[in-house]
Amino acid sequence: MIKRNIDIIILIFILIVAAFAMKNDFYYEIAVLSILNAIICIGLNLLIGYAGQISLGHGGFMALGAYISAILSSNYSLSPMLSLFIAVLFMGIFAYLISKPILKLEGHYLAMATLGVGIIIYIIINAQGDLTGGPDGMGVDVFKVFGYEFDTNVKWYILSSIMLILVIMALKNLIKSPYGRVLRGIHDSSVAVESVGADVAKYKSYVFVISVIIAVVAGSMYAFFSGFISPAEASFNRSVELVVMVVFGGIGRIYGAVMGAVILTVLPQLLTSFEDYQTLIYGIIIILVMMFMPKGIVSLFDKLRKNGAGS
Amino acid sequence: MNELFQLILSGITVGFIYALVGMGFTVIYNSSGIINFSQGEFVMAGGMSAVFLLKAGMPFWLAFSLSILITAILGIVLWKLIDLSKERSVISMIILTLGYSIALRGLAEVIFDKELHTLPSFVGDGAFEIYGATLTYQALLVIFISIIIVLFLYIFFKKTKTGKAMMATSDNIDSAKLMGIDIKKILMLNFAISAIIASIGGLLLAPITSTNYEIGIMLGLKGFSAAVIGGLSQPFGAVVGGLILGISESLVAGYISSEYKDAVAFVALLGILFFMPGGIFSNLKAKRI
Repeated sequence: MIKRNIDIIILIFILIVAAFAMKNDFYYEIAVLSILNAIICIGLNLLIGYAGQISLGHGGFMALGAYISAILSSNYSLSPMLSLFIAVLFMGIFAYLISKPILKLEGHYLAMATLGVGIIIYIIINAQGDLTGGPDGMGVDVFKVFGYEFDTNVKWYILSSIMLILVIMALKNLIKSPYGRVLRGIHDSSVAVESVGADVAKYKSYVFVISVIIAVVAGSMYAFFSGFISPAEASFNRSVELVVMVVFGGIGRIYGAVMGAVILTVLPQLLTSFEDYQTLIYGIIIILVMMFMPKGIVSLFDKLRKNGAGS
Repeated sequence: MNELFQLILSGITVGFIYALVGMGFTVIYNSSGIINFSQGEFVMAGGMSAVFLLKAGMPFWLAFSLSILITAILGIVLWKLIDLSKERSVISMIILTLGYSIALRGLAEVIFDKELHTLPSFVGDGAFEIYGATLTYQALLVIFISIIIVLFLYIFFKKTKTGKAMMATSDNIDSAKLMGIDIKKILMLNFAISAIIASIGGLLLAPITSTNYEIGIMLGLKGFSAAVIGGLSQPFGAVVGGLILGISESLVAGYISSEYKDAVAFVALLGILFFMPGGIFSNLKAKRI
């Protein structure tokens, strides 16, 4: 039991050590953003890495859900938890419905279709200013659970850490289950999986729905945490950023997604002194990783482990 | 009636720009199987380089030739990066070209700036009156040059030896190799040509709408829609796709809502992908595999 969950124990240890190491509120803020991105990327990684389906529209799906949470709780005074629940329900059904025609496509066509849906969402959010505040974005009320307010960065750090651990444990179990075996099969050869009687299309759309729901939960949390949401969350750039985090960390590896998300959330903060060069450096890093480390950052650790075992 | 005619005219003008961007996609896609997500940044690079070379005091012809050359080099650099890559799966190529587009935007931010710029019209600010609608000289030039480029590409791919070698490579890369065609050189040439088409698009567009370092994102995506509407595997389908897109966008902006103008391209893209993934000509011609 302990051996099987050694990674969770290490993760909890790291999260606690990090909490003591962080000197001020700003560190906590970056940590919360990193963890929320990590959660979204774990879901997206399930889609890309296990089901072999790319989505260039996840920013849009995430933001649409987050806007629903924000509008219901801030404009219509519903409780944050109920708003989040409605957002998840709505986006789950939405994802299921669009998964039917979209997941029939493959490769470039799939990437383009998800991109198209994401950008249409972005355009709608911008245009419906009376609901969403338009291009300027909208303020979001503080997150409350049964009257308890999450009003400090430390509280958010604890909440998001717990969410991260729960999501990882849930996905580890999913991947180990018979469903997970089918998923890995789909990634390697969907024809082979179909030939043993599994309904590939059904599995693909379930994974798509799960990844969208995870993104909506983490994206809504992001809106509640920062007290603000703008259409930038739905933009093509945001969708690209999420996919890059997954690929940068390592496709098909849970902790790859986590590392990719954390590194690429923290990196721009370290690069602020090179403000003008930030975009350029970011682009160059992506190119170099894709050229020389297509399996992502985790592949470095695999090599280290192999070398260590050999000596 | 005049309003309708006017909207169609401006739709055709922008449509030809989308057509040029779209053809850039198909030239690379058909030879290498790669969708180049930095196609829009080539358009940006063409327009922005010209703006700043002109500012530096260069004469028109020199500034324009140089910006086309610069963009061609950017295309060749992209090919070299792809050539040096360890893995060429669909996902890694999507991310690599996206990374290249981000790097080019970053480079433009550093070398140029984040402001909006316009090129002066190269043919003066006059306009024709046709049945009550106006067609500026610049718009007419866009249409004229685009048609020349399309014809030029057609002749190049169908009649010249190099062009035929490029078509052969896109048909079947292995038999092209066996016929002694230098694949790498052909692919490099394809990337350069694609970048050149895009940069000319950027030069033509900059006097009509202003340009800045970010203009490539939307243009690239709309150009891609144009290519998919016309059929990715048909190099000249993008022309029809671009015109359909340009005109419908213009009509939506004029009669329905200018806020939703940008959505037209993506609604059309989804419609085509869902219902006729081979493009609007897919029923006329046998599917090429």
